[in-house]
Amino acid sequence: MRIKLTFWRVVFIVIMVLGIYSTIIRYSRGLGAATNMSDQFPWGFWIGFDCLCGVMLAAGGFCMVGAVYLFNVQGLRSVVRPAVLTAFLGYLLFIVGLLFDLGRPWYIWHQLIYMNTHSVMFEVGMCVMTYTTVLFFEFLPNVFERFNLKTPIKWIHKIYPLLIVAGILLSTLHQSSLGSLYLIMPSKLHPFWYSPALPFFFFGSAVAVGLAMTIFESTQSAKALGRHLEISVLVRLGGALLVALWVNALLRFEDYFRRGMLRDIVKPSYEAYFLWLELALSFVIPIALLSFKKIRLSPNGLYLASVISLFGFITNRLNVSLIGFETYVGHHYVPKWTEFSVTLMIVAMGFFLFAVAVKYLPIFPREEFVRERLPALNPASPAVFSVLEHAGD
Amino acid sequence: MSKALLYDSTICIGCKQCEVGCAQQNKLRYDDSVAAESVQSEHKYTVVMTKGDKFMRRLCMNCEHPACASVCPVGAFHKTKEGPVVYDVWKCIGCRYCMVSCAFSQPKYEWGSLNPRVRKCIMCPDRVVAGKQTACAEICPTGATKFGDRDDLIQEAQDRIRQNPSTYLNRIYGLHEVGGTCVLILSGMKVEEFGYPASEKIGDTPMPEYTGRVMERVPDFIPVWSLVLGGIYWISHRREEVAAAEAQERANDKKNGSAR
Repeated sequence: MRIKLTFWRVVFIVIMVLGIYSTIIRYSRGLGAATNMSDQFPWGFWIGFDCLCGVMLAAGGFCMVGAVYLFNVQGLRSVVRPAVLTAFLGYLLFIVGLLFDLGRPWYIWHQLIYMNTHSVMFEVGMCVMTYTTVLFFEFLPNVFERFNLKTPIKWIHKIYPLLIVAGILLSTLHQSSLGSLYLIMPSKLHPFWYSPALPFFFFGSAVAVGLAMTIFESTQSAKALGRHLEISVLVRLGGALLVALWVNALLRFEDYFRRGMLRDIVKPSYEAYFLWLELALSFVIPIALLSFKKIRLSPNGLYLASVISLFGFITNRLNVSLIGFETYVGHHYVPKWTEFSVTLMIVAMGFFLFAVAVKYLPIFPREEFVRERLPALNPASPAVFSVLEHAGD
Repeated sequence: MSKALLYDSTICIGCKQCEVGCAQQNKLRYDDSVAAESVQSEHKYTVVMTKGDKFMRRLCMNCEHPACASVCPVGAFHKTKEGPVVYDVWKCIGCRYCMVSCAFSQPKYEWGSLNPRVRKCIMCPDRVVAGKQTACAEICPTGATKFGDRDDLIQEAQDRIRQNPSTYLNRIYGLHEVGGTCVLILSGMKVEEFGYPASEKIGDTPMPEYTGRVMERVPDFIPVWSLVLGGIYWISHRREEVAAAEAQERANDKKNGSAR
């Protein structure tokens, strides 16, 4: 078999080679050599991006599972599997990122025996661990279907209600807890980002990102796989995204208003520039775009608005975890190239695994398959459904 | 009763003997180059800073309600009843949450190590338990660093301020800060000028309360939210079942009707 060298494959190989080199530096010479972290900046880009953004970007899984299985929105059915796959890969890669960032990753299992239940970090750790397991089970049917194993699929369907409730519960807990992590630093984190409402912001933005991410990945994979794009699904997601963005924006506004910060946030300052960037990308531009019906109904418009808001929320997480500490510390933190390189490698691995999974597993319904199955999935003939959905009741 | 250290910067002569004693006690390298370092690090747990003819010591405050102990996911830090906040390196997984959460930024890290540890002053717990002073207090030639019961030291600090109100600022740093600390500081100038966080900035609230307020809700949140989610699931799927049953009934009725 010959593998053709395309542009993206070359990029992928370069990223992997650099990433592996950085990995060697990380594990042979320590965190000090591989990162620009210091006693003043003990948490750097790996926590800010790999962990905070990684978990946030994987929120599509619980959002879509919640919409389709919990609220029974059947119109979104076709995006559940890719969303669950993204989430599963996202959490696996988050754990990989954590193994880079932890100073003593070989003791990560201590979490299970030396539990400190007062620690937010402990809660996040436990939730991520159990939720990754839940995602594994939600993902398994893809594999079983691929190999035509009917019995285990039946088993999974039996525990499906449990998986759904557990998955959403755990996601609510740890998405918000990632914000709670910062509650203990009122004197360090800049008041633009330190708020008692941080857990709510983190959860709220995770929902918005879940929707935006689903639009992004559906569009992206439709392009890559040459599939027909289901515009009705995207339009629904886009509408929900607009609502979610508004809710988030109002929450943030209310918080600044209540803390009497509205005057401060409009005054130019180093932090204000980053805040403006964040607010423009996550709220102003996407909300403005999505307010036009024409854009809300066009796949390109939806894609653009989603990607912009994704960048906005990524800026938010980096502001909370990095920019917000610079004034306290008194100097800037710029990640070392090795930090970027490891993160890029992890992201590239994500894209690669997604592509492999999509190729070999029935993640996206085959188009003729959809037509064949559609009558069965139609709510007008719910008999088949109830067999699938209520097996566990 | 909790032990503490009272550091009176007006008596301090900047001889750095406390640095020496600390290094010996903790088996740290100490030579001229280390002595010249004016910042704390993984190999220097305490430092004497100089500003003109004024001196100021920095070390871990060994808080009464330590943030590091509350945030550590594996409980590697803990507050002993004698006062010291101690560290169990075996438990540590290296997440460094202790470092970011500490209002005084005291925990330092062995960034160059392949199996790094968090380093900070642990207030000589072995000596304290054995009824001895900390190494820094024992070695101090002027009594600027004094070891004793926290309550007694507070009393003494207040007496000193009362007797020499012109020498001291009317304030004991560490008395109420973040809920009180086991290092108390008397000074003629603001400790903030030496890099200590301002009292009004860190407040009197014990740090663990900031996250505790959220964490204590989790045990209630889990069952309630599970029930809500389960309820939503049940209702949204029940509707479908009912619709199916009704459709079935109608179909049956029709069949019966036409048969009749």
